[in-house]
Amino acid sequence: MMGAQSYIAGWAYVLLSAMLVSAWLAVPAYAQEGANPAGTRLAMAPKPARGQGDKCVAPTDWMRRNHMSVLTHQRDKTVHDGVRAGPFDLKGCISCHAVTGEDGKAVTVADPKHFCRTCHDYAAVKVDCFECHASRPVEGEQSSQLNTERDLAALADYLKGKSP
Amino acid sequence: MSKCNGGKSADCGCNSETSTPVETARRWFLKSAAAFTTIALAPNVTLLAYAQEGGAQQPGQPRGEPVTAQKRWGLLIDLSKCAEGCEACVGACSRENGWKAEGHPRTDAQWIRKVNIKNRKSGVERSLPVMCQHCDSPPCVDVCPTGASFKRADGIVLVDKHICIGCRYCVMACPYQARSFIHEPVEDQKSYAPRGKGTVESCTLCVHRVDAGREPACVEACEAAGHKAMIFGDLNDPASEISQRIAQFPTHQIRADLRLDTGVRYQNL
Repeated sequence: MMGAQSYIAGWAYVLLSAMLVSAWLAVPAYAQEGANPAGTRLAMAPKPARGQGDKCVAPTDWMRRNHMSVLTHQRDKTVHDGVRAGPFDLKGCISCHAVTGEDGKAVTVADPKHFCRTCHDYAAVKVDCFECHASRPVEGEQSSQLNTERDLAALADYLKGKSP
Repeated sequence: MSKCNGGKSADCGCNSETSTPVETARRWFLKSAAAFTTIALAPNVTLLAYAQEGGAQQPGQPRGEPVTAQKRWGLLIDLSKCAEGCEACVGACSRENGWKAEGHPRTDAQWIRKVNIKNRKSGVERSLPVMCQHCDSPPCVDVCPTGASFKRADGIVLVDKHICIGCRYCVMACPYQARSFIHEPVEDQKSYAPRGKGTVESCTLCVHRVDAGREPACVEACEAAGHKAMIFGDLNDPASEISQRIAQFPTHQIRADLRLDTGVRYQNL
């Protein structure tokens, strides 16, 4: 019995050391993958253009998941109720996240570098917005960032479900 | 987890009778925290916002409150001042809202047009701009199968292009032929006047300007051209210039027999 136990324990040690060695060998492979952007999953992830301000109208993680809902909500309030102040207007996104093309002008949605397209191409989600809306800022118009207390209050009400 | 023993132990989490400086600070914090709203957007993500009442619209600021039926926007066009051949209003509308002739006169979008009329018996001629008449009982809204054609609370008749399916029932229903269908793909639209292929559109009474406290582009252009034939204002306000003129002089609605109660009125027709 003692012999059998030591036999098993011996093999356990061998297996454990083999795992440790393979883990140690794998470390440089991961490091190399991080250093070499070509062909890795991380490098394929979209890199949408940063906005012009310090921060987005809402936390970036949250915007990634919820921008479509808040845009739709604000769209209905604007078209039907005439409410034009608010943090989630498409015009604000377009002007803040504009990408300058080779000709020095902001690119339209026809360019793959367009802010919306970077992610939507990756996720294979088609957007209809730009069949009617301008996909680049119209010259002479200001971006509307979240900067007033009323905007913050409207955002708070919407998120609490209090919004009319 | 230590059991509470009446606030005597240092690590007790409950309220004690005596107020320590730490507790005073905590009470102050809780009091001031009531002025904020903390919203959990997602796990580990919170958002602080001032819970203040939305104030009145500031000059130069975009509209923050929904429109109400207290106002009813209307136009009064004095045809004795509207010059034949002058198309200042048409050009201004086209520039403002970005619609233009695409070389297909039968189907091109046209939000406003000049119509010349002549009484064959008397020979009296008039030239009048015709656009969406912003009816109080709009036939285009009655026939719309999706609810895209709607009347805003303040009387402006609009198309919600997000839900317009392009069936063109409203184009057929409108007695003023005020609506157009967009046949061609559109690029570089105005940011405040989105328009695209497959949807119906018409005069919006420059709703983006009205919401910013301004007059429609046609009214501004008519004044700039020196005619001052168009007056924009609130039909519900007896003190407004448009209401006073309507009360003082006889004015007409086109096709008044349809009893649509139009928002656009004509003087000296």
